[in-house]
Amino acid sequence: MTNDGHGGEGGGTALLDVRDLTVEFRTRDGVAHAVNGVSYRVAPGETLAVLGESGSGKSVTAQAVMGILDSPPGRVTGGQVLFHGRDLLTLRREERRRIRGAKMAMIFQDALSALNPVLSVGAQLAEMFRVHEGTSRKEARGRAVELMERVGIPAARARVDDYPHQFSGGMRQRIMIAMALALGPDLIIADEPTTALDVTVQAQVMDLLAELQRELTMGLILITHDLGVVADVADTIAVMYAGRIVETAPVHALYRAPAHPYTRGLLESIPRLDHKGRRLHAIKGLPPSLTAIPPGCPFHPRCPLAQDICRTDPPPLYEAGPGRASACHFWKETLDGAR
Amino acid sequence: MPDPYVPKEAIGHGDGGTAALAIGEAESLERRPSAAPPSAGPPGAPVGKPRSLWSDAWHDLRRNPVFVLSALVIVFLVVIAIWPQLIATGNPYRADLAKAQQGSQPGHPFGFDTQGRDVYTRVVYGARASITVGVCATAGAALLGSLLGGLAGFFGGWGDTLLSRLADIFFGIPVILGGLVFLSVVTSTTVWPVVGFIVLLGWPQVSRIARGSVVTAKQNDYVQAARALGAGNGRLLLRHIAPNAVAPVIVVATIALGTYIALEATLSYLGAGLKPPTVSWGIDISTASAYIRSAPHMLLWPAGALSITVLAFIMLGDAVRDALDPKLR
Amino acid sequence: MGRYVVRRLLQMIPVFIGSTFLIFFMVYALGDPVAAMFGDRAPDPATAAQIRRDLYLDQPLGKQYLHYMGQIFQGNFGTAFNGQSVTELMASAFPVTLRLTLVAIVLEMLVGITLGVFSGLRRGRGIDTSVLLLSLIVVSVPTFVSGYLLQFVFGVRWAWAAPSVAPEAPLNELLLPGLVLALVSLAYVTRLTRTSIAENARADYVRTALAKGLPRHRVITRHLLRNSLIPVVTFIGTDIGALMGGAIVTERIFNIHGVGFQLYQGILRQNSPTVVGFVTILVLVFLLANLLVDLLYAVLDPRIRYA
Repeated sequence: MTNDGHGGEGGGTALLDVRDLTVEFRTRDGVAHAVNGVSYRVAPGETLAVLGESGSGKSVTAQAVMGILDSPPGRVTGGQVLFHGRDLLTLRREERRRIRGAKMAMIFQDALSALNPVLSVGAQLAEMFRVHEGTSRKEARGRAVELMERVGIPAARARVDDYPHQFSGGMRQRIMIAMALALGPDLIIADEPTTALDVTVQAQVMDLLAELQRELTMGLILITHDLGVVADVADTIAVMYAGRIVETAPVHALYRAPAHPYTRGLLESIPRLDHKGRRLHAIKGLPPSLTAIPPGCPFHPRCPLAQDICRTDPPPLYEAGPGRASACHFWKETLDGAR
Repeated sequence: MPDPYVPKEAIGHGDGGTAALAIGEAESLERRPSAAPPSAGPPGAPVGKPRSLWSDAWHDLRRNPVFVLSALVIVFLVVIAIWPQLIATGNPYRADLAKAQQGSQPGHPFGFDTQGRDVYTRVVYGARASITVGVCATAGAALLGSLLGGLAGFFGGWGDTLLSRLADIFFGIPVILGGLVFLSVVTSTTVWPVVGFIVLLGWPQVSRIARGSVVTAKQNDYVQAARALGAGNGRLLLRHIAPNAVAPVIVVATIALGTYIALEATLSYLGAGLKPPTVSWGIDISTASAYIRSAPHMLLWPAGALSITVLAFIMLGDAVRDALDPKLR
Repeated sequence: MGRYVVRRLLQMIPVFIGSTFLIFFMVYALGDPVAAMFGDRAPDPATAAQIRRDLYLDQPLGKQYLHYMGQIFQGNFGTAFNGQSVTELMASAFPVTLRLTLVAIVLEMLVGITLGVFSGLRRGRGIDTSVLLLSLIVVSVPTFVSGYLLQFVFGVRWAWAAPSVAPEAPLNELLLPGLVLALVSLAYVTRLTRTSIAENARADYVRTALAKGLPRHRVITRHLLRNSLIPVVTFIGTDIGALMGGAIVTERIFNIHGVGFQLYQGILRQNSPTVVGFVTILVLVFLLANLLVDLLYAVLDPRIRYA
């Protein structure tokens, strides 16, 4: 598994290189700064987990990368999205559309609403081949059946004309995965792919996704708020807060010793068997409103370590060890405290 | 069973009546469990200070020019319906055949009708019949409809089934036809038979909306919780369920008011609604229609007044619906 | 599906009986058909009694209704005021109204859906606001007002269309009346389409379609429209019955000898067989249209088909 290309500058191996991306939403209540200078990279075959609470900008970043932001009101106001070295934001709409679905695909959280209720799953799968490759109706249908078999849907041939509501939640999510895989993309963005599923099914779907990713050496961006999902499958983690990345690190390093108080808060708030009997820690307060992000470090109102400097100076991303970075003035203290 | 969220109620509006508009859109409001505060922003967009549905709606409405304008027009109409003498000093019945069908002249800006009566005065006095019919019919239909629909939705069972079928029967009768048949045998010259007829055919529309929102509200967790805590039926209905059902009913009723006024005018135009000596825009338009080529002003002024009145109520209802149902914005 | 149709048909029966009985009650119990026959003359009591017996009018209302319905199902609708049989009257009137309704429905679909799609896709922009406002204004102008206005402007001033329609009612002469009849529904279809499009445009499956890299026109026609038009199509279905029954005003303005015209004459002359006969057929058309709509709905939305 390639695990290079993060932390350091340059390095031509990145499949996706997001640089300093900013996204705004113009709403009735003012401008919401949903994404404020996010950078991350994904190499072929690598899994990047983007972790954050709802409203942290993790999904919006993904939509901006895919080019499916709701605009208006959403708008990319700065940065670059380099895919195979080409900046997608400068491409013409038609060029971008050809990449979408074919070279980079997306899996959504709730397959029931993300699949079209009035079209059969077969038609929705076949559509990928028909539109992008101009395949004949009959052949597209055959390939749809193959895809369904590949993601483990029993009796695929018999069920190809069924409608989304006739499948179970897990099967529906498999169909979503099949749709994303259809044209052999280089990058898959999975936005909370298992959140809407039962716990037992979650693991199956996650395993399927990881297996297919390995097999096809795709880059995978896994967007989640669930630390438990991340640990097994991710190579790298990027933690987002208020539209910024506050910490990136290889997954095990981050679990061992977080370098940002927010990450530490997240880790401490999950129950663990080996900590039985200890109190769980909740992060006090609420995430800030995106129309009024606090000055300085956006996390300072909730941070146990906050000092005066945090209220005035926004922390840069400090390099905090091999392949890791933290946007905290006191990353060292945090790291030491955790060890 | 398919329950298309399309208004079956849209019946009989074919022409003249405009009942269709009221429902379909309000019914989509009824489908929603309880109108949530507006949070239709981008993912993670901030929700402003939490406000109640009503104060939030009021906050929006005051800033909505459509609402302000239509409310002003309605206040004006109500005032002249009560005191027409305020702006029209003449007598709506005084006829001067020598001036029949003459156009605008000093002191008589809208000209004269075919019997030589002052069109301006008649247009002003015509507001009273329209507003009376509109307000009384709406009040009647809203009260009857929400009472029956609310109880049916709350208690369910055979009463509910019976009411639904009964409503179907009334929907099965084309409104204008029913009005013609029913009212052609009435000889009273007051507004009450017309009001009674509109209530008779109008209540099912309200009752469906009320029933729907009560059924939805009944399933809300807090209602279940209140029931589990031992709240009686009366308390449940009044404290927990009714407040949820009020908003959709108000929206339907406001828009219906406009359509009822149009319906009254249509019936009067066909000779089955109000009867002289009541001054009614519908009757005047009907009389004037024979002379549309020679003296169009006799038709245009009452027609304009009627259209503006209906428009004001429909716009008001539309604005209220938008305010109470932010999702549709 | 078959069982569903049967159940719906059974449900229609009480509604049919209720609606027709209500009309029957209004006409026969509230009015006096015999007195109406004689107009202003006072009828000779013996003759009146004879007529009453002939017409079954001396029986209790329930029996009268049953007798009447029995006659109807044998194809005997009675005699109209001008001595024609009501059946003959229907044979001449219904095709005319059917054509008028057809024109109205086609206009509703073409204009209403197009406007609705355009404004729904441009929600909140200038064109959307204007279409919304315009539709409210159209809805607010009662048909008998808009009818005279359009007749005056197009038929008289500009002479683009015939101000009144010939007895054969050819399609081209029905364009203007069809527009008048459709106007309110058209505005409503526009609003319904607009709301539906705007709501569905934010749906997750539309985002999926975008993420699949489909061209914009395909996202709109295959994914967005297909879902958004379900409520619109069902509305137009119910509207068929409503328009046919509601054409009285339009037919009166343009002097079209259709269902509404004959009914209006029947009501004016208190000719009970004409009124009850026509209304019975209209109620039937209306109920069948509703059934059709329910079935259409199941065809369009697989979630209901397999429920």
